[in-house]
Amino acid sequence: MNRQFFKIVSIFSGLLISVITFAQQRFPRPDFESDYKSPSILVPEPRHGWMEYMDVFILFIVLSLATWFVLKKRSRKGVLYLSLFTLIYFGFYRNGCICSIGAIQNVTLALVDPMYAISLTALAFFMLPLLFALFAGRVFCGGACPLGAIQDLIIIKPIELPIGIRKALGVIPYLYLGLSILFAATKTDFIICRYDPFVGIFRMDASFNMLVLGGSFLIIGMFVGRPYCRFLCPYGVLLNWTSSVSKKHLTITPSECIDCKLCERSCPMDAINKPVTEPVSRKKDINRFVLSVIIIPILMLAGGYIVSKSHVYLSKVNRTVSLAELLITHPELKADPDHIDIQTFLASGKTMDSLVQEATVIREQFRIGGWILGAFFGLSFGIMFSKKTIYRNRTDYEPDKGNCVSCGRCMDFCPVGKEDFETLMKLKS
Amino acid sequence: MNDRKENKAKSRRDFLQSTARYTLAISIGGIGGLVASKSKTGDYLWQIDPFVCTQCGRCADECVLTPSAVKCFHAFDLCGYCDLCGGYFKPGVMDLNTGGENQLCPTAAIKRNFVEDPFFEYTIDEDLCIGCGKCVKGCSSFGNGSLHLQINQDLCVNCNQCAIARMCPSDAITRVPASNPYKVKGDFIKSNT
Repeated sequence: MNRQFFKIVSIFSGLLISVITFAQQRFPRPDFESDYKSPSILVPEPRHGWMEYMDVFILFIVLSLATWFVLKKRSRKGVLYLSLFTLIYFGFYRNGCICSIGAIQNVTLALVDPMYAISLTALAFFMLPLLFALFAGRVFCGGACPLGAIQDLIIIKPIELPIGIRKALGVIPYLYLGLSILFAATKTDFIICRYDPFVGIFRMDASFNMLVLGGSFLIIGMFVGRPYCRFLCPYGVLLNWTSSVSKKHLTITPSECIDCKLCERSCPMDAINKPVTEPVSRKKDINRFVLSVIIIPILMLAGGYIVSKSHVYLSKVNRTVSLAELLITHPELKADPDHIDIQTFLASGKTMDSLVQEATVIREQFRIGGWILGAFFGLSFGIMFSKKTIYRNRTDYEPDKGNCVSCGRCMDFCPVGKEDFETLMKLKS
Repeated sequence: MNDRKENKAKSRRDFLQSTARYTLAISIGGIGGLVASKSKTGDYLWQIDPFVCTQCGRCADECVLTPSAVKCFHAFDLCGYCDLCGGYFKPGVMDLNTGGENQLCPTAAIKRNFVEDPFFEYTIDEDLCIGCGKCVKGCSSFGNGSLHLQINQDLCVNCNQCAIARMCPSDAITRVPASNPYKVKGDFIKSNT
């Protein structure tokens, strides 16, 4: 009875104070008279640690196989089955996590934050595809990326996009890469992972908005080859750079190109360069190139200025900054019992000054980051422009080394070396 | 003459390409080496510190999984086995029975079993638990705080950036080494000091 009374009193006092306290064990553990034994707390084990290393190992194997299929075996079928495996393993089995695209943010955070130690798995996922791209082109996109695989498998009737649209949309990955690095470096958010349109499909569980986003990417992807890879993927920017100077690369034809034009429409990514023999005046060409190179520093400065000017808006994404702003502009919200963030902040005992100071530091990081980001934008656009001034005579159909994702479709279309074609040629001669 | 010019252009292009290639290789290697020097073997997982958690209820909504990978864990050695359990009953109930109208848990995930007069054992049905933390709030406010929220590492898909951690108002969710993936409440006194 006494015990019951004590409980009721404490409950009422708890209601009155209604503050969460972990002060002490209010009710000591009873001494049971029966032979009751309390069960022990169950802690389900996570996935085994060694399996993370198996992921790295499998990625390495898949990349090596993709390289072999593309360069040596010249087999579209091989790449297709490989991407199917990737979709099942890295996509549906591993739920799209860990992935190389998201690993950009881990590497950024590891470079910036001394407290954050990146796991070797994430580092390997970031490095391996880039190193392979330096050697063999974007074999990662073709065979080892689950996001690429899901889009590659649903291409039904790809249309050729006009070059203007392609160039304009091709700017987005640079912006996305820059922003995701800025947000990761300021410890604000991992936007690549949060707005990954396909991860919800891999998990078979997503919010409605993300499902709509993923679904629309898939529907568009039936008619526009790999829309995410071409017009959004931030890792694709890095792969584009490394791949465009790669040592070896997929070739459409195994030997001499016969200019049959069969491969022309085979590429769903519009990544095949047609032969050009434009008679251009070399002097004019060089002048234009020099001019565009001179413009680059101006573009970098302008970009840095513009982005750093908008750091106030960018920093609003950070939750500390937005909370501080909210409390300054709407101090009356402090009385709102339903505002979880404000109430938690007030209950934590932190002072307003320390919050504002924290927010100021983060905003300053955004200002400096804005300069770097804007300069990066300026540099990439400048390089993009100056590239346009370089004409190179091309007599054959060649894959664009930067944009080609090594899916291998064009190799199937090339008749050179195929049995039927060779016999036909023999008959003709 | 033309041939030589062509060759020269070609070798220049090759030279530029290989220079760019080695530069990129070195910079990737450099970044990798820089990062690797402070990298850790073994992975990270996300976990809630129950002593920082304020039971705001966001764990139930923000997790990418439905239902959430956050579950209520019960530290039995802390439990007072109360008849009037602050985690089980709504405040101010008249009858201490298992009637649905009395239960705090929205999904009736807590099972109340009679042990001996006047003690009851409370167990969590993880399949029903949605990680809302209502019981945790009740237990912490009125009882011993033996109920607490933890991320079930068997269910968690280990997102690169935990969607709940981002929204957690008290920053209770942090990365923990995979070798020590839980922060369960154990000995009440010890964990507090």
